[in-house]
Amino acid sequence: MNIMDALISQYIDAYYLHIMVLIGINIILALGLNITTGVTGQLSMGHAGFMSIGAYTAAILSVHLALPFWAVLLCGATAAAGFGFLLGLPTLRLEGDYLAMVTIGFAEIIRVFFLNFEPGGKAVGLSGIPEHTTFSLVWVIAIVVIVLNIKLLNSRIGRSFYAIRENEIAAEAAGINTTRLKVLSFMVGAFLAGLGGGLYAHYMTYIAPQDFGFMKSIEFLNMVVLGGMGSIPGTILGTVVLTLAPEMLRIVAEYRLLFYGALLVILMIFRPNGLLGDVRWYDIKKRWFSKEVKTWES
Amino acid sequence: MGILTLEGVSQEFGGLLALDDVNLDVEKEKIFGIIGPNGAGKTTLFNIITGIYTPTGGKVKYQEHQINGHPPYDVARMGIGRTFQNIRLFNKLSVLDNVKVGCHGVTKAGFFGALFGLPGERLEEKEITLRSCELLEMVGLYEKKMEYADNLSYGEQRKLEIARALALKPALLLLDEPAAGMNASEKVNLMTFIKEIRNNENLTILLVEHDMNVVMNICEQIAVLDYGRKIADGPPEEVKNDEKVIQSYLGVEA
Repeated sequence: MNIMDALISQYIDAYYLHIMVLIGINIILALGLNITTGVTGQLSMGHAGFMSIGAYTAAILSVHLALPFWAVLLCGATAAAGFGFLLGLPTLRLEGDYLAMVTIGFAEIIRVFFLNFEPGGKAVGLSGIPEHTTFSLVWVIAIVVIVLNIKLLNSRIGRSFYAIRENEIAAEAAGINTTRLKVLSFMVGAFLAGLGGGLYAHYMTYIAPQDFGFMKSIEFLNMVVLGGMGSIPGTILGTVVLTLAPEMLRIVAEYRLLFYGALLVILMIFRPNGLLGDVRWYDIKKRWFSKEVKTWES
Repeated sequence: MGILTLEGVSQEFGGLLALDDVNLDVEKEKIFGIIGPNGAGKTTLFNIITGIYTPTGGKVKYQEHQINGHPPYDVARMGIGRTFQNIRLFNKLSVLDNVKVGCHGVTKAGFFGALFGLPGERLEEKEITLRSCELLEMVGLYEKKMEYADNLSYGEQRKLEIARALALKPALLLLDEPAAGMNASEKVNLMTFIKEIRNNENLTILLVEHDMNVVMNICEQIAVLDYGRKIADGPPEEVKNDEKVIQSYLGVEA
């Protein structure tokens, strides 16, 4: 993979490479939130909290214990999933806005915790994290995550996630243990956030609590909503658009955020279900090739 | 003893007694109707049987096991399927996926099986698809399997709900006002359909319905509820001529 990175860095400008790495990391994170919020319908506004757990766990293990990179990534993701489990438990009783409040509160607690956490460098942040994350590594992981996401969402478990979002009472009547599956969706979402966080820490080599504030959570939520709740291609597109937007909008300098906001408003007016929210592969095939599409024979 | 028995079931909501000491005995492979004026507690009874409410008194027994206190998904897995009075479909899923979700309770592929496509999981997935397509064929929705559920007409949505409930391979099927909002010819179709599935799948069917024509035509036994009490129970002819039933529907003669 080192050779590949060496080759790539010869042909592609460092700036573009940087943006593409960020897109890859964001795709992993956004796909995590897509499972919790987009697919299962549990509004989570604390995704950056899970990301910071993954980032700090991985970074601290790297800096203080010098564990191998794959091990710290796994530890970070698992730690985040553990907290996903803890946060998933209150979702048994909460829904919608109330759940959103709890997740916001959770992310804030995590942020304030790291603000006072000695091994994490407190407010100064943690620097000197070894730079392990490379372009090809990020994209290999991102592609694996995308493939596994597709498999999951087309499975029995994935279908029941959608069913919970669509109608919880009917889902229970179909024999779905909604409590368990909601917690599972939180854990999967948190796992991917932790994984993305670990990659992020080892790419930036410096992390601080303010990197994982409320606005960061909202950014991921935007990617999922803009792309289309519950759609994998949609989430990927949303991530690409929203990661690129601030860069593209550099030409308008200090009006950048204004344009960013206007872009969101316009897109939501014209595509209320997100860019690809109501687009199905089946419909595209049917329209473009106008023939009977095989749907289940295999 | 029948497949489903209720022994002295009561349900209180705050101070309101929605069901008062209701006894029922539903025999195997019968079509059993529950009727009563609005607010008589019919849907409450359904919600108790399917585990949404835990009754404040009494016992619900299904195939000799006590099921009150079990969560709804557990009751569903034991083989009690249901439809809802106000249709509850997975609107933004395809018709086929709606039925596939219905198979959840009788299949068992887990999280990791799904991720890594283990052979057992793939086989099960094929069976789910096959069975779902068969069920759709049976209710006549196979041609529309890729439509979104909320694009179906009202009658079709009711049928889809039944197909989804049948995917559970239930022994007991609860239908909450299956004929509501249907026109006359749709109702006739529905009646033949209900009899058909009872015969083909060896089902016991318990249904709540307001349309007397439907109820009297297909039910083999009828229980009448009024203000949470059971006031009559028996074959249609008997119930039709019962003094108390006539009073509760038409009022007491002055």
